[in-house]
Amino acid sequence: MERTIYREIQANRAILQTAALLGVFLLGAAGAVLYMEEYGHIVTGMTNQIVWGLPHVFAIFLIVAASGALNVASIASVFGKTPYKPLSRLSALLAMALLAGGLAVLVLDLGRPDRLIIAMTTYNFKSIFAWNIYLYNGFFLIVGIYLYTQMARSMPAKVVKTAGFVAFIWRLALTTGTGSIFGWLVARAAYESAIMAPLFIVMSFAFGLAVFILVVTFTTRVTGRPFGPKLLNRLGRLLGIFVGLVLYFTAIQHLTSGYWARNGGIERFILFNGGIYTTLFWVGQVLIGGLIPLALVFHPTGGRKPASTIVASILVILGGFAQVYVIVIGGQAYPLNIFPGFTASSSFFDGVVNTYNPSWPEFLLGMGGVALALTITGLGMKVLRILPTNLSDANVGQM
Amino acid sequence: MKLPALKFSKKPSEMDRRDFLRAGAALATITLAPGVTLMAFGGSEAKANADPAKRWGLLIDVNKCVKDCTACVSACSQENGWRLPVNKETDAQWIRKVTLTDNDTGREEYLVTMCQHCEEPPCVDVCPTGASFKRVDGIVLVDKHICIGCRYCMMACPYKARSFVHENIVDEQKTWAPRGKGTVESCTMCVHRVDTGRIPACVEACNATGHGAIIFGDLKDPESEISKALAKYPSTALRDDLGLNPGVRYSNL
Repeated sequence: MERTIYREIQANRAILQTAALLGVFLLGAAGAVLYMEEYGHIVTGMTNQIVWGLPHVFAIFLIVAASGALNVASIASVFGKTPYKPLSRLSALLAMALLAGGLAVLVLDLGRPDRLIIAMTTYNFKSIFAWNIYLYNGFFLIVGIYLYTQMARSMPAKVVKTAGFVAFIWRLALTTGTGSIFGWLVARAAYESAIMAPLFIVMSFAFGLAVFILVVTFTTRVTGRPFGPKLLNRLGRLLGIFVGLVLYFTAIQHLTSGYWARNGGIERFILFNGGIYTTLFWVGQVLIGGLIPLALVFHPTGGRKPASTIVASILVILGGFAQVYVIVIGGQAYPLNIFPGFTASSSFFDGVVNTYNPSWPEFLLGMGGVALALTITGLGMKVLRILPTNLSDANVGQM
Repeated sequence: MKLPALKFSKKPSEMDRRDFLRAGAALATITLAPGVTLMAFGGSEAKANADPAKRWGLLIDVNKCVKDCTACVSACSQENGWRLPVNKETDAQWIRKVTLTDNDTGREEYLVTMCQHCEEPPCVDVCPTGASFKRVDGIVLVDKHICIGCRYCMMACPYKARSFVHENIVDEQKTWAPRGKGTVESCTMCVHRVDTGRIPACVEACNATGHGAIIFGDLKDPESEISKALAKYPSTALRDDLGLNPGVRYSNL
């Protein structure tokens, strides 16, 4: 076993092609933002009924995944698992990059993105949104320091561990904050629940690790650096545990809510007769994002193949988007129960299931956030010594 | 403001760690510096005229609200300069007529609903910048200068009382009710009228039709018409279970 050596990645054909592709998406998003700025949200599918749309699905996915991308670094620094240590730098970089991508989408979807400075300087401290602004900024600072301690020469291990521990606690707080954006909303039957915070935390574990696995696999392949199948397999099984946790928390969420008579309507809507939302829940989240990945990574023989982990990671991401879509859009599509005991109707869509048709600008903006996150990650690996030259199983140590 | 220059004497691809961090610091400065100057100019006139000894409220008598009458809705639209909905999904509606059908008996009732001016408004709690605020006299408003258009208040409102301005406003704006694309708005209880001793436009219009279904007044004054009516007849608040104590009450619902 040689010493782990970190080196900047060198541009090659595959990397330049990827960069060009990301550039196209960034340009697409820039165009979408200008278009939405000029004409207003009228050009999106969002309405006064579905006030948060596809951009929020992308933003929340990315912000949740950001916290989870830090898993590997946390496991190495806080829980002392040395095989993960060579991946810690990338873990921290990817976490910051995903958060930046998610926040960019969130900010550019604001009705007045030009007033970002107000959001950064004028706070209502009772708002969980305002707390989140601190949690996001703090995340950049703390994970940045954590990354620095990992990269600085002759930094005492104790300092790295302390920084890693603070980052670990902070990311838990951050995702608690993200989940509580929904959990603390008393108005909507789909949300009001303390389980939203822990649910979002386990979602972050799964989504973030899935993104991390794909980024490492892709980068090591295109740069020709070894990535041991046993290490990949180990990450895959860890992903399986997280996917199982997401299913468990989802089950508890719906069992609890469904048990209450007053929430019968929303639960029937999501689980049985909600059309696209029911399909996305069962087929998207549970089957594609849950059961199939579990079967793939825990299969006695097939589970050891690198392809199983890679396919499982892709499915977890797709299922994750479906889950966030059901939470964000499905939760708004179901009508508010302002007049219990009555069926309401009005010019403002009282009492009806709201329709939502996502538009191209929204999709392009969301994809731009993904592209931004990946561009930052790529640039970071290009200019900083993030990625080890050798991640072969022999080199990263005992499994 | 002079920005630290990036050194490109080397090939850009060989940008070292120090350059990278320096670029990051420059970006952070550009983002934050304008805010430091903005902080110097604070203060809001929006809260100036409120009297803490009052709490303004409305009492809507469902029995008196007539099926096809929308006089209050039209009056609000004219008074505050929002058009009656053309694009129903995206146009603002500060007040709306609702038809209710009793799930058990099939009996129909009619009422109007708008911002309920809660004592504990969830929109004010969740607003990250404090643009959503409650005056000391109980009127809940949006400060149009600091609303960033995040729509979290719309997610939080149990009454669906708020609208987001989805497109450029082409209609004539009223000086007392500024509106702007990309911000959120809702019923102001005609605060500009109330502050000059007049009653809200919806109440005036309802009275003019002879229905008299909406009473406006000071909930803290036991001698006001609204307080006397509330003391005399049973009334309820929408979603009373949430404990928000709205300033808008309904009788005969």
